[in-house]
Amino acid sequence: MTLAQSLWREGIKTGAIGGISVLAISLVGMVESFNKRDIIADFLSMGIAFIMVFGIILPYIAAKRTTRPEKHIIFLNALTAGLVTAVFPALLVILGNIINLRSMFVNASPVLYNLLTSGVEGVGGILILLLAGILCGAFAGLLFFLPGLIRSVIIVCLTSILAVGIVQDLIRPLFSSWGIMEVVSEWLFTQNGLTIAGTIFIPIFVGAIYMFWQLKGEGIKTRYNTLESGTQKSVKMSSFFVLAIFLIFLPHILGLFLSEVLTIVGLYILLGLGLNIVVGYAGLLDLGYVAFYAIGAYIAAILTSPAIGAFTLTFWQALPFAVMGGIFAGILLGIPVLKMRGDYLAIATLGFGEIIRILVLSDFLKPWLGGAQGIAKIPNPAIFGWQLSTPQEIYYLILLGCILVVFISVRLRDSRLGRAWMAMREDEDVAQAMGINLVSTKLLAFATGAGFSALSGAIMVSKIGSVYPHSFNVFISINIVCLIIVGGIGSIPGVIVGAAALVGLPELLREFADYRMLVYGAVLVGMMLLRPEGLWPEARHKMELHGEENGSDETQTATAA
Amino acid sequence: MFQKWKDRIDVTDIVMWLIGLTLLSLVLWGSISTLRAGLYTGRHWVDFLIFGLAQGSIYALIATGYTMVYGVLKMINFAHGEVFMSGPFTAYFVAIALWQSDFLDNYPIIGLMIIFLSSMAVSTTIAYFLEKIAYRPLRGAPRLIPLITAIGASFFLQYLFLGLYGSGIQAYPDMEILTGFWMVAGVRILRIQVVVIIASVLLMVALYSFIMLTRVGKAIRAVSEDKEAAALMGISVDGMISTTFVIGGMAAGAAGVLYALMYKQVYFFMGFIPGLKAFTAAVLGGIGNIPGAMLGGLFLGLIESVGPSLFLDGLGIVAPYQLKDAIAFTMLVMVLIFRPTGIMGERLSAKKA
Repeated sequence: MTLAQSLWREGIKTGAIGGISVLAISLVGMVESFNKRDIIADFLSMGIAFIMVFGIILPYIAAKRTTRPEKHIIFLNALTAGLVTAVFPALLVILGNIINLRSMFVNASPVLYNLLTSGVEGVGGILILLLAGILCGAFAGLLFFLPGLIRSVIIVCLTSILAVGIVQDLIRPLFSSWGIMEVVSEWLFTQNGLTIAGTIFIPIFVGAIYMFWQLKGEGIKTRYNTLESGTQKSVKMSSFFVLAIFLIFLPHILGLFLSEVLTIVGLYILLGLGLNIVVGYAGLLDLGYVAFYAIGAYIAAILTSPAIGAFTLTFWQALPFAVMGGIFAGILLGIPVLKMRGDYLAIATLGFGEIIRILVLSDFLKPWLGGAQGIAKIPNPAIFGWQLSTPQEIYYLILLGCILVVFISVRLRDSRLGRAWMAMREDEDVAQAMGINLVSTKLLAFATGAGFSALSGAIMVSKIGSVYPHSFNVFISINIVCLIIVGGIGSIPGVIVGAAALVGLPELLREFADYRMLVYGAVLVGMMLLRPEGLWPEARHKMELHGEENGSDETQTATAA
Repeated sequence: MFQKWKDRIDVTDIVMWLIGLTLLSLVLWGSISTLRAGLYTGRHWVDFLIFGLAQGSIYALIATGYTMVYGVLKMINFAHGEVFMSGPFTAYFVAIALWQSDFLDNYPIIGLMIIFLSSMAVSTTIAYFLEKIAYRPLRGAPRLIPLITAIGASFFLQYLFLGLYGSGIQAYPDMEILTGFWMVAGVRILRIQVVVIIASVLLMVALYSFIMLTRVGKAIRAVSEDKEAAALMGISVDGMISTTFVIGGMAAGAAGVLYALMYKQVYFFMGFIPGLKAFTAAVLGGIGNIPGAMLGGLFLGLIESVGPSLFLDGLGIVAPYQLKDAIAFTMLVMVLIFRPTGIMGERLSAKKA
């Protein structure tokens, strides 16, 4: 018995984690709501694909974690993990058919059971579910034994089917707007899901590119690195130029809906870059960052909206006031928290954010700020009489803001002030001992971050045309912190990647939007556990987190030498 | 002489003291003018006080969880508010089942016990696994990382329960023994508030004696003093950290049912604001200090209940009750600025907060 336990322990344990995960995603309603979309037309729905991802990944982990060297034990462990993963939803179906779980779990509906058992009633359905689990486990086990390159190509191919299947609604309109591509689009996609041809062609296409990069990528990189510095520079300049052209025409390629998403992502990039200065450079965790967004938005709204009536400036006249107001608020709220560190700072700033929101929402300030009804009728910005009203036009304003802020961020990072921030992030006491004035350095970080945030707020209200206190809750702050961390703390491209991943993706996939916060939470925890440096980390930060490993390697080589 | 004096004073210190003084004078001025206007009678104030005590004792129970975890791990368990939410939200379904079968009417005390136990069981389980899955692998990581993990876990749990049980605001069934009021010396006291105060005081006494009198309690205190030394003394540090989460979870689960009975609502977001308030209470009492957290909770509850009417009415602010959360957070920030060690704590003063 004990031998059996030690043999199958990994399989059962990992399988149980998988089973609970599948149970959770089923009961929160993810499976059912994802199921409206097909990955492969009439064959594989997104909900089922989502479960299968769990059913394959966890047995793979089980195989990887098995310490015994025998191949059949590793394989059987994967199989066990797959089976155990399937046992949990199977139990749910059995239990759900006996008693009504719906009075407690709102999503435990017959539709879900039907889905889990692929529509087969009774014992047959349960058996199908268990068999599917075993098959997934077997697939994972086989995958584990394949040589590295082939395995990664298979994974890339499967991921490409999933990814293209998920975003097909976005790809199709893009293709169809380009005349000739419409034929290709019809060949690859149906109204809902990939065609058989698409299912075969897309992974081959992506897999071939991946294979090519794997085999030849190193060569291309070394060739680039051996180029003369002048040529390298011109390669860089020309790629910037191509990027600029691309960014200018982007909204016209993408169409109305995608441009709208793009503008939202842009606003979050502005916010993220601002907070990146505070959190990423200066190491001050600010959870009340939304306050400055609100201040910028409200100043712009009060100064431009005829609904309040006190002032009717144009957007451009109001913008400096909004940004200055944000900077001033940044300093004002920064002074009290100068001496706090770490956790206390986070909570105090969270408190500030809530205080501002509660004040704006209250009846007390209603005559000036509009209370819960907010302020409406805010005019759109205009450039030389050209009213920027559609998302495609606002895009240019936001693009301009982003370029400006990226430029300022880069210059600040490389400046004396930026180095002072980073020194402060690493150790305040040492930084002070080195002659850095902590007060002014911290306040400058708060002020700069707040200024960017206020800029974003001002653009946001002029884009939407109204402003409500409810749009400034603590989730926005958390969102921004998340996108910085997911992207890679302190890294400018990281902020852009993070904003695209955390703000853009849920906007694109409406099914995901309902589960946005759930996924955020899981992603944050997972990220901190597995990859704390983020998707696109700043070199120095990465070194810091993985420094010990490298350091010990070096000492080892040193001792060996 | 003047030069020396000038050197010692910082501009930021002056600004902070000015802010503090302004707030203090506003509070004083508001209180005096409220009392002089005589808007409220003595009965009102007694009502406010008892409500404040009831609310404060719930904060106190949650705050012990924060403070104990801070003691052993030196981290803010941001997800503690969700531990607090998970219990009563799940126990709601137990309560409804008991109520539908008339059990709750026939055996109200046993019924309440079952509700309490199921709530505490769920909260404890969540707290235990939270520590095991999310926090344990991060021992020794830079400080920002566990905090962000805790924030992530907090949102994950909130929206997990939203997905599981739906987004509606549910109310616990009305119970005969908890409705109505007692007249004490001509003052009407709501029964539920008395029950909440007594139950929380009993729980707090139990918790405090557990920490102070038992072997396990002693081990927990040892771990929060010095992990390495505790490990050398043969104490299982990880085990004690788990135990701390379990105790905190039990207190939070019980507090959750009391909260649900008093406010008559359970929903997925119910843990967020009480969690922040309880954290405020823990900071007020000096974080890491258990009696401090209890006192801090009671104090915060009182301020929140008396404050809006006392401080703000006199200043001519419309609908002051909307600003009660702002009062709590302002107090949090003020405490963090002027006395980060809290009312009771001196222990942390030398360490990095």
